[in-house]
Amino acid sequence: MDFWFSEYHTDNVKMSIRVEKQLFSGQSDFQRIDVFDSEEFGRFLTSDGSVIFSEKDEFTYDEMIVHVPMAVHPNVKKVLVIGGGDGGVARELSYYKEIEEIDVVEPDEMFVKVCRDYFPDNARGLDDPRVKLHYRDGLRFLRGKHDEYDLIINDSTDPLGHTAGLFTKEFYGSCFKALHDDGIMVYQHGSPFFDEDEDSCRAMHRKAFRSFPISRVYQAHIPTCPSGYWLFGFASKKYHPIHDLDAKRWRERHIKTWYYTTNLHAGAFMLPKYVEDLLEEEEGRMKNL
Amino acid sequence: MDIERQKSAPVYEALERFRRQRVVPFDVPGHKRGRGNPELVQLLGEKCVGLDVNSMKPLDNLCHPISVIYDAEQLAADAFGAAHAYFMVGGTTSSVQSMVLTACKAGDKIILPRNVHKSVINALVLCGAEPVYVNPEVDAHIGIALGMELEQLRKAMDEHPDAVAVLVNNPTYYGICSDLRSIVKMAHERGMLVLADEAHGTHLYFNDKLPVSAMAAGADMAAVSMHKSGGSLTQSSLLLLGEKMNTRYVEQIINLTQTTSASYLLLSSLDISRRNLALRGRESFDKVASMAEYAREEINSIGGFYAYGKDLVNGGSIFDYDVTKLSVYTRDIGLTGIEVYDLLRDEYDIQIEFGDIGNILAYISIGDRIQDIERLVGALEDIKRLYSRPVSHLHNAEYIAPIVATTPQKAFYSRKELIPIRETAGRICGEFVMCYPPGIPILAPGEMITQEIIDYTLFAKEKGCSMQGPEDGELEKLNVLVE
Repeated sequence: MDFWFSEYHTDNVKMSIRVEKQLFSGQSDFQRIDVFDSEEFGRFLTSDGSVIFSEKDEFTYDEMIVHVPMAVHPNVKKVLVIGGGDGGVARELSYYKEIEEIDVVEPDEMFVKVCRDYFPDNARGLDDPRVKLHYRDGLRFLRGKHDEYDLIINDSTDPLGHTAGLFTKEFYGSCFKALHDDGIMVYQHGSPFFDEDEDSCRAMHRKAFRSFPISRVYQAHIPTCPSGYWLFGFASKKYHPIHDLDAKRWRERHIKTWYYTTNLHAGAFMLPKYVEDLLEEEEGRMKNL
Repeated sequence: MDIERQKSAPVYEALERFRRQRVVPFDVPGHKRGRGNPELVQLLGEKCVGLDVNSMKPLDNLCHPISVIYDAEQLAADAFGAAHAYFMVGGTTSSVQSMVLTACKAGDKIILPRNVHKSVINALVLCGAEPVYVNPEVDAHIGIALGMELEQLRKAMDEHPDAVAVLVNNPTYYGICSDLRSIVKMAHERGMLVLADEAHGTHLYFNDKLPVSAMAAGADMAAVSMHKSGGSLTQSSLLLLGEKMNTRYVEQIINLTQTTSASYLLLSSLDISRRNLALRGRESFDKVASMAEYAREEINSIGGFYAYGKDLVNGGSIFDYDVTKLSVYTRDIGLTGIEVYDLLRDEYDIQIEFGDIGNILAYISIGDRIQDIERLVGALEDIKRLYSRPVSHLHNAEYIAPIVATTPQKAFYSRKELIPIRETAGRICGEFVMCYPPGIPILAPGEMITQEIIDYTLFAKEKGCSMQGPEDGELEKLNVLVE
């Protein structure tokens, strides 16, 4: 049987994965969700036809969005995860004993249910007793929140789709307000490689750069993302992602990882020239205003 | 309304039949289904340019409808509870002009609220009728012009018993409704027609929780912007008639200014939108109203913003309020509506309908989603956090009753001269002077300029009101009629 899933990364580039079988298909109020089983990537989940994560490469994403800020901030007690209904981020957070509360805000109940049914290894993160799951819109949840969190992780995927509201200036502003004076926000920064994606990547940096005193970008290799190359944003009120990295402290935790190391941590912030250039161009534009 | 019949869309169906016939075109338009203009096809798509065809037997003719357009207009009339409906392709401006031109001849008087749309005054320029203005109350807090009060209207009717018609905004841009049923009763007792400008009122016909529509209230004509809340293409509109109007005369009036090459894109959009409204309008506008209500509650809970709604209703100048509108008073955070409007667009990528000195209006429609509402509310909260300033109070606009010295038509065609504004007392104005807020003309063409008006105009300008209309944007000079 020749059964392929294809996703267009641009009008002229598509990524295809040979599918063993389709496990689920459903339409929620927010998105169409499909789950497939494949030889190469194991199970993978798509939203409106775009891969959100696969069993094979989700560890990269979840580790990089959690361990980077956790190795920098010296005392995280309360964390907010926006999106993240699959539980992967909550699972990585659950390895830190000093965390007292984890709010996971996911608007789509169907998404959580599908993840519980088909990705139990991710979803077990949601069963940690410190996790409180809120079925709400992220922006709505943040409204009125003030000086409450040490760390906010924006685990939403699509700056153009139903989570567009989580890639806006009002979102970054709301996060800034909801964080303590030494709080950190990390977020998905998209991929800078294809022309189609470059604009939204630039816009994200512009917004974060204006909202937070420290705003750096780091990278990872994620095969199912467009061009296989993905960026994350690190926006912080006080701590610098490299100068304030406490590698010794993190290594003593003995958290088992497959991608993240404290050596890689510093390296992840060393960006290719073309990415550095486009980010600096945005920063320069802002300074000249 | 006959729901079974409403399920058909005669113009749309005729276009579909026509497309399948693959007729070879040796008629206009010259792009011939787009083949002669590939860039246009690239932009609009094959389907769209393929529908851009000429009037012909199977597709009827808007200038004299006898088949599918006639049927579609009958269905629209039934859906809107009107005796007749006309598809209009020159915007609601063309519907308003057709109403005024039908009701008035040169020299006739027509009673209007002072805050009418420009298209009404322009229609008076065309037909030579004389305006009689009714003083609108202005809300002291939010600074907007309100509806028509019955007492003021009765006064105008008593002073001008020879007036032939009354024109009413239903609702105003801000969603304010007058007591239309009583206005109709008063006007009909005196033999006057009632014309409703429903540029912002299409949805009133399809949800009984909303203020009364013009046809339900017994008005004689209504200009309805289907392309606003109705979902049809920009520039398409409806003209509705009540029972006692002479359809043959109205058709003659429409054809005075209407194109003989009406676009089938516009006509089919009216047909399909009418069907959609008839079949699903009620639930759609329930949803719009509940989204607007939700936004109001959330915005009011931020503090500093006042999103007003039914709480304004006072039984007189605000007889009813259209809850699908989302208007927000912004001055309590020290920002003008215009400033908030600009911030939303430039900083938050949110485009709203307009901002004036004190308010913003966000247009909520059947195309909106709740997550977009969250963005708007989130952005307003962020604007308050980042940009709020100490509150400065504007002076409140007062109403100066205009002295109509000559008709807008005579003023329009007279010779004019530009002279310093301080020297214009006693002269007749040749142009519009609008003051925002509250968006009411201080002067219209043909009106006497008095010292009081000059003083008020300069005072309002100094106080930061936006003055619009005059040729001289700085308002140092005004165009007046040569004596």
